[in-house]
Amino acid sequence: MEAELKELLNDLESLKRSPPDLLNSSIDKLKMRVEHLSNLAKSSPARRSKVKDMSAEVIDSNPYSRLMALQRMGIVHNYERIREFSVAIVGIGGVGSVAAEMLTRCGVGRLLLYDYDTVELANMNRLFFRPEQVGMTKTDAAVQTLSDINPDVVLESYTLNITTVQGFETFMSSLKNKKFRPEKEGSGVDLVLSCVDNYEARMAVNQACNELNQTWMESGVSEDAVSGHIQLLIPGETACFACVPPLVVASGIDERTLKREGVCAASLPTTMGVVAGLLVQNTLKYLLQFGQVSRYLGYNALKDYFPTMEMKPNPQCSNAACVDRQKEYIIARPAREAAAKAEMVAEALLFTGGPLHADNEWSISVVDDGEPDGLDFPSSVGLPEGVVHELPSADVFRPPPAPEAVCLADDLEDLRRQLDALNAPQG
Amino acid sequence: MEGWDTTTKSTLTQIPLLTTKAGPRDGVGWTQRLKEEYKALIAYTSMNKAKDNDWFRISAANPEGTRWTGKCWYVHNLLKYEFDLQFDIPVTYPATAPEIELPQLDGKTHKMYRGGKICLTVHFKPLWAKNCPRFGIAHALCLGLAPWLAAEIPILVDSGMIQHKDDVASSSDS
Repeated sequence: MEAELKELLNDLESLKRSPPDLLNSSIDKLKMRVEHLSNLAKSSPARRSKVKDMSAEVIDSNPYSRLMALQRMGIVHNYERIREFSVAIVGIGGVGSVAAEMLTRCGVGRLLLYDYDTVELANMNRLFFRPEQVGMTKTDAAVQTLSDINPDVVLESYTLNITTVQGFETFMSSLKNKKFRPEKEGSGVDLVLSCVDNYEARMAVNQACNELNQTWMESGVSEDAVSGHIQLLIPGETACFACVPPLVVASGIDERTLKREGVCAASLPTTMGVVAGLLVQNTLKYLLQFGQVSRYLGYNALKDYFPTMEMKPNPQCSNAACVDRQKEYIIARPAREAAAKAEMVAEALLFTGGPLHADNEWSISVVDDGEPDGLDFPSSVGLPEGVVHELPSADVFRPPPAPEAVCLADDLEDLRRQLDALNAPQG
Repeated sequence: MEGWDTTTKSTLTQIPLLTTKAGPRDGVGWTQRLKEEYKALIAYTSMNKAKDNDWFRISAANPEGTRWTGKCWYVHNLLKYEFDLQFDIPVTYPATAPEIELPQLDGKTHKMYRGGKICLTVHFKPLWAKNCPRFGIAHALCLGLAPWLAAEIPILVDSGMIQHKDDVASSSDS
């Protein structure tokens, strides 16, 4: 706009020198340009500039004052740490797009967005996307909106299908990339959020996170739009998605029979918004270490019922990477318990002002609250006669029986030729 | 398997079952799985030809065997309707089934996901999951695609959504 104004001034200068007979038409032309410019000035929105440090100063122009107040209120110890975190969101639909907006407004460091779909008018019953974005890829449309809302967030978008071999490789390498914070341990992201609408994509996220030992959260809304859930998955420690698909537990129906968006599942902006809210709340608690992070939280909209539960990994899980992570978790158990004990001792030392109660009339004592030992009992201790535990305890790692040697006798090329021969037109 | 007709059931029992549980990222395991896939497909195709019930052609479109293309056809009122057939082997295969696509029918029926992926959710996926890793591509065609064609093509033809290629040619001639 500055350039145009300068040009306008030049034109005015030349107008001074021009002969009087041409004056009128030139003035009209100039008038039109000024009108056009003033319209432009009215329509072009003010863009927020980047903010270097998060300030707690309470002024209207500080986008983070209300978030930094969490520290003053004693909820979050160090809110500014949020700028160090990278969160990957897989599926930018009714839940994922809203989760992305929430994290963007919270000032998260980096967001990685994955989707292969485009925005359609049929998406308009949900939040975030606008009708003028119809036809754009969901990732591009999301980046457009999110970078306007908060330019401080580093946005990476990937328009791909993670269930294909090629898409999955790109997905894995983008999660491993540590350019944003090279000193971070493990993968390049702090958390993966699965906001997809189908079983295949969830299984692909599960596979990637099990292989990378990456903590992730799964979310879902039922096809009738009146219930949903979020679930925290820590490879080796909690059930993975292949150990126990969550909906089988939640409602007794098989996850695989779920229909997808394309085949007209119902959806509501409310349920999707609630689930996105629960998901990002759990994400903030996990990243900024406050409150209690839910392992599983269900939402039944019809009864306003919010069930919670925990699920242990399945030692016979069909996912090999999950079984590997379980093995590592069990092997690390003594070290983990020692660390927990040391922490307890350190905590106890903080209260060294003598015993809390001088007398202990009923001999009440605090007992060790480590991992439950109930499963350590060999076979049937404590069980009625004739009843035995069917599954072995998973406290000690037992290597699975060696698989039979694979037979590689046949030639792949030969088989391919045989099929081609059958495929050839006859006659 | 309740609810399936006896012909499909007896055909199914004659397709060799697979044993290797390996996906496209499993190296040697996948080569072995691919061999089993070929054997099952060869057996199924020859059986169809022997019974004069040939209804598809499929072959790997890349050396890794992760993308497959071909044709399938369905005879309705003595007319043959033929469609392009394609699918990718998903990265989590065989835990998840291939998503069979008929791109020419995309947008013509609501029994389909975006991109022409036929809806297998109710009639096939639970069956696939219960039989993992014993089912392969041949089983997916036999129990997934074949019943879909049998259910959808007559409706699509009768409602005028698809026309026989001869009708299309003659109407454009006149």
